[in-house]
Amino acid sequence: MTNAVTIRIQKADFDTAREIAALTAGRTDIGAVVSFSGICRGDEGGEKIAALALEHYPGMAEEEIGRHVDEAMSRWPLSAVTVIHRVGTITPGENIVLVVTTSQHRQAAFQAAEFLMDYLKTSAPFWKKEESASGASWVEAHARDDAAAARWTKS
Amino acid sequence: MKVKYFAWVRERVGKAEETIEPPAGVGTVDELIAWLSKQGEGYAYAFERPRVIRAAIDHAHVKPDAAIAGAKEIAFFPPMTGG
Repeated sequence: MTNAVTIRIQKADFDTAREIAALTAGRTDIGAVVSFSGICRGDEGGEKIAALALEHYPGMAEEEIGRHVDEAMSRWPLSAVTVIHRVGTITPGENIVLVVTTSQHRQAAFQAAEFLMDYLKTSAPFWKKEESASGASWVEAHARDDAAAARWTKS
Repeated sequence: MKVKYFAWVRERVGKAEETIEPPAGVGTVDELIAWLSKQGEGYAYAFERPRVIRAAIDHAHVKPDAAIAGAKEIAFFPPMTGG
Protein backbone atom coordinates (compact mmCIF):
# COMPACT_ATOMS: atom_id res chain seq x y z
CA MET A 1 0.00 0.00 0.00
CA THR A 2 1.47 3.32 -1.03
CA ASN A 3 0.99 6.63 0.74
CA ALA A 4 -2.05 8.51 -0.52
CA VAL A 5 -0.15 11.76 -1.05
CA THR A 6 3.30 12.15 -2.55
CA ILE A 7 4.80 15.62 -3.03
CA ARG A 8 8.35 15.98 -4.29
CA ILE A 9 10.45 18.91 -5.40
CA GLN A 10 13.61 17.74 -7.06
CA LYS A 11 16.33 18.58 -9.57
CA ALA A 12 16.27 15.14 -11.16
CA ASP A 13 13.90 14.06 -13.90
CA PHE A 14 11.02 11.71 -13.11
CA ASP A 15 9.57 8.65 -14.83
CA THR A 16 5.85 9.20 -15.38
CA ALA A 17 5.08 5.51 -15.95
CA ARG A 18 6.86 4.55 -12.75
CA GLU A 19 5.00 7.18 -10.73
CA ILE A 20 1.65 5.96 -12.06
CA ALA A 21 2.57 2.34 -11.36
CA ALA A 22 3.50 3.27 -7.79
CA LEU A 23 -0.05 4.52 -7.21
CA THR A 24 -1.87 1.63 -8.85
CA ALA A 25 0.26 -1.44 -8.10
CA GLY A 26 -1.64 -4.10 -6.19
CA ARG A 27 -4.88 -2.13 -6.07
CA THR A 28 -8.21 -3.10 -7.57
CA ASP A 29 -10.24 -0.15 -6.25
CA ILE A 30 -8.81 2.42 -8.68
CA GLY A 31 -10.77 2.83 -11.90
CA ALA A 32 -9.23 6.02 -13.23
CA VAL A 33 -5.76 7.52 -13.46
CA VAL A 34 -5.17 11.00 -14.88
CA SER A 35 -1.66 12.31 -15.35
CA PHE A 36 -0.60 15.77 -16.49
CA SER A 37 2.97 16.43 -17.57
CA GLY A 38 4.26 19.96 -18.06
CA ILE A 39 7.16 20.04 -20.52
CA CYS A 40 9.66 22.76 -21.35
CA ARG A 41 8.93 24.32 -24.77
CA GLY A 42 11.73 25.13 -27.20
CA ASP A 43 10.42 28.55 -28.15
CA GLU A 44 8.37 31.29 -26.57
CA GLY A 45 6.82 34.08 -28.63
CA GLY A 46 9.01 33.18 -31.61
CA GLU A 47 12.25 33.22 -29.64
CA LYS A 48 14.27 30.04 -29.14
CA ILE A 49 14.69 29.03 -25.50
CA ALA A 50 18.04 27.51 -24.52
CA ALA A 51 16.91 26.52 -21.02
CA LEU A 52 14.64 27.36 -18.12
CA ALA A 53 16.06 28.08 -14.67
CA LEU A 54 13.46 27.20 -12.05
CA GLU A 55 13.68 28.75 -8.59
CA HIS A 56 11.46 27.87 -5.63
CA TYR A 57 10.84 28.76 -2.00
CA PRO A 58 11.96 25.64 -0.09
CA GLY A 59 9.56 24.73 2.67
CA MET A 60 6.71 26.93 1.50
CA ALA A 61 6.53 25.24 -1.92
CA GLU A 62 5.92 21.81 -0.36
CA GLU A 63 3.44 23.25 2.16
CA GLU A 64 1.51 25.24 -0.44
CA ILE A 65 1.20 22.22 -2.75
CA GLY A 66 0.17 20.15 0.28
CA ARG A 67 -2.61 22.59 1.14
CA HIS A 68 -4.04 22.33 -2.37
CA VAL A 69 -3.70 18.54 -2.44
CA ASP A 70 -5.60 18.42 0.87
CA GLU A 71 -8.30 20.60 -0.65
CA ALA A 72 -8.49 18.39 -3.76
CA MET A 73 -8.79 15.28 -1.56
CA SER A 74 -11.66 16.91 0.33
CA ARG A 75 -13.47 18.07 -2.83
CA TRP A 76 -13.22 14.87 -4.86
CA PRO A 77 -13.16 11.18 -3.89
CA LEU A 78 -9.51 10.55 -4.77
CA SER A 79 -7.54 7.42 -3.97
CA ALA A 80 -4.10 9.00 -4.27
CA VAL A 81 -2.28 12.06 -5.58
CA THR A 82 1.31 12.56 -6.69
CA VAL A 83 2.78 15.98 -7.47
CA ILE A 84 6.39 16.32 -8.59
CA HIS A 85 7.90 19.68 -9.55
CA ARG A 86 11.43 20.02 -10.83
CA VAL A 87 13.77 22.91 -10.03
CA GLY A 88 17.14 23.99 -11.40
CA THR A 89 18.07 23.99 -15.08
CA ILE A 90 15.60 22.37 -17.47
CA THR A 91 16.14 22.22 -21.23
CA PRO A 92 13.50 22.07 -24.01
CA GLY A 93 11.75 18.73 -24.21
CA GLU A 94 12.41 17.91 -20.57
CA ASN A 95 9.76 17.39 -17.91
CA ILE A 96 8.95 20.27 -15.54
CA VAL A 97 5.98 19.06 -13.53
CA LEU A 98 3.86 15.97 -13.00
CA VAL A 99 0.41 15.66 -11.43
CA VAL A 100 -1.15 12.21 -11.07
CA THR A 101 -4.61 11.72 -9.61
CA THR A 102 -6.37 8.40 -9.10
CA SER A 103 -9.97 7.67 -8.27
CA GLN A 104 -12.71 5.11 -8.74
CA HIS A 105 -14.18 7.13 -11.60
CA ARG A 106 -12.71 9.43 -14.23
CA GLN A 107 -14.55 12.66 -13.44
CA ALA A 108 -12.94 13.13 -10.03
CA ALA A 109 -9.49 12.31 -11.38
CA PHE A 110 -9.80 14.70 -14.35
CA GLN A 111 -11.17 17.59 -12.29
CA ALA A 112 -8.71 17.20 -9.44
CA ALA A 113 -5.73 17.12 -11.83
CA GLU A 114 -6.91 20.31 -13.52
CA PHE A 115 -7.61 22.00 -10.17
CA LEU A 116 -4.13 21.13 -8.91
CA MET A 117 -2.41 22.38 -12.07
CA ASP A 118 -4.35 25.66 -12.01
CA TYR A 119 -3.21 26.29 -8.43
CA LEU A 120 0.35 25.12 -9.06
CA LYS A 121 0.57 27.84 -11.73
CA THR A 122 -0.74 30.68 -9.58
CA SER A 123 0.02 29.96 -5.94
CA ALA A 124 2.90 27.51 -5.57
CA PRO A 125 6.09 29.58 -5.06
CA PHE A 126 8.08 28.72 -8.19
CA TRP A 127 9.58 31.16 -10.70
CA LYS A 128 10.85 30.50 -14.21
CA LYS A 129 13.68 32.36 -15.88
CA GLU A 130 14.12 31.86 -19.61
CA GLU A 131 17.60 31.71 -21.05
CA SER A 132 17.89 32.57 -24.74
CA ALA A 133 20.39 34.05 -27.21
CA SER A 134 19.30 37.55 -26.18
CA GLY A 135 19.95 36.90 -22.48
CA ALA A 136 17.99 35.70 -19.48
CA SER A 137 14.61 37.07 -18.43
CA TRP A 138 12.01 36.22 -15.79
CA VAL A 139 8.78 34.78 -17.15
CA GLU A 140 5.80 37.08 -16.60
CA ALA A 141 2.72 35.72 -14.86
CA HIS A 142 -0.35 35.44 -17.11
CA ALA A 143 -3.78 36.81 -16.23
CA ARG A 144 -5.27 33.75 -17.96
CA ASP A 145 -3.67 31.53 -15.28
CA ASP A 146 -5.30 33.60 -12.52
CA ALA A 147 -8.63 33.30 -14.32
CA ALA A 148 -8.18 29.53 -14.63
CA ALA A 149 -7.57 29.21 -10.89
CA ALA A 150 -10.40 31.59 -9.97
CA ARG A 151 -13.07 29.44 -11.61
CA TRP A 152 -12.59 26.80 -8.87
CA THR A 153 -13.69 29.26 -6.20
CA LYS A 154 -17.13 29.78 -7.78
CA SER A 155 -19.82 28.35 -5.55
CA MET B 1 12.53 38.80 11.87
CA LYS B 2 13.95 36.96 8.93
CA VAL B 3 13.15 38.23 5.44
CA LYS B 4 13.60 36.20 2.25
CA TYR B 5 13.56 37.42 -1.34
CA PHE B 6 12.97 35.36 -4.46
CA ALA B 7 13.36 35.67 -8.24
CA TRP B 8 13.77 39.26 -9.52
CA VAL B 9 13.05 40.70 -6.07
CA ARG B 10 16.11 38.76 -4.81
CA GLU B 11 18.22 39.92 -7.75
CA ARG B 12 17.27 43.58 -7.30
CA VAL B 13 17.75 43.60 -3.52
CA GLY B 14 21.04 41.79 -4.05
CA LYS B 15 20.58 39.15 -1.36
CA ALA B 16 18.45 36.08 -0.75
CA GLU B 17 17.74 36.68 2.93
CA GLU B 18 18.55 38.88 5.89
CA THR B 19 17.45 39.64 9.43
CA ILE B 20 15.78 43.00 9.91
CA GLU B 21 14.43 45.07 12.78
CA PRO B 22 11.89 47.50 11.38
CA PRO B 23 10.85 50.43 13.60
CA ALA B 24 7.75 50.24 15.79
CA GLY B 25 5.50 52.09 13.32
CA VAL B 26 5.84 49.34 10.73
CA GLY B 27 2.89 47.04 11.44
CA THR B 28 1.69 45.58 8.15
CA VAL B 29 3.13 43.98 5.04
CA ASP B 30 2.61 47.09 2.92
CA GLU B 31 4.19 49.27 5.60
CA LEU B 32 7.16 46.91 5.66
CA ILE B 33 7.44 47.17 1.86
CA ALA B 34 7.40 50.99 2.14
CA TRP B 35 10.11 50.87 4.82
CA LEU B 36 12.26 48.36 2.92
CA SER B 37 12.06 50.44 -0.25
CA LYS B 38 13.91 53.21 1.62
CA GLN B 39 16.80 50.97 2.64
CA GLY B 40 18.86 51.55 -0.50
CA GLU B 41 18.89 51.67 -4.28
CA GLY B 42 18.42 47.94 -4.77
CA TYR B 43 15.46 47.88 -2.38
CA ALA B 44 13.91 50.90 -4.09
CA TYR B 45 14.21 49.12 -7.45
CA ALA B 46 12.84 45.82 -6.10
CA PHE B 47 9.80 47.44 -4.52
CA GLU B 48 9.18 50.22 -7.10
CA ARG B 49 5.82 48.67 -8.02
CA PRO B 50 4.56 47.54 -4.59
CA ARG B 51 1.25 46.22 -5.91
CA VAL B 52 3.07 43.64 -8.04
CA ILE B 53 4.92 42.20 -5.04
CA ARG B 54 3.50 39.11 -3.34
CA ALA B 55 4.21 38.29 0.30
CA ALA B 56 4.14 35.25 2.55
CA ILE B 57 4.35 35.07 6.33
CA ASP B 58 5.66 31.83 7.79
CA HIS B 59 5.11 29.98 4.48
CA ALA B 60 1.53 31.15 3.85
CA HIS B 61 0.37 33.78 1.33
CA VAL B 62 -0.83 37.03 2.92
CA LYS B 63 -2.46 40.24 1.69
CA PRO B 64 -0.75 43.67 1.89
CA ASP B 65 -2.75 44.64 4.98
CA ALA B 66 -1.67 41.57 6.97
CA ALA B 67 -0.08 42.29 10.35
CA ILE B 68 3.58 41.33 10.67
CA ALA B 69 3.60 41.07 14.47
CA GLY B 70 4.85 37.67 15.58
CA ALA B 71 6.09 36.67 12.13
CA LYS B 72 9.22 34.51 12.13
CA GLU B 73 9.80 34.68 8.39
CA ILE B 74 8.45 37.07 5.77
CA ALA B 75 9.08 36.49 2.08
CA PHE B 76 8.70 38.84 -0.87
CA PHE B 77 8.50 37.66 -4.47
CA PRO B 78 6.96 38.36 -7.88
CA PRO B 79 3.77 36.63 -9.08
CA MET B 80 4.48 32.93 -9.38
CA THR B 81 5.24 31.24 -12.70
CA GLY B 82 5.66 27.56 -11.89
CA GLY B 83 3.82 24.55 -13.20
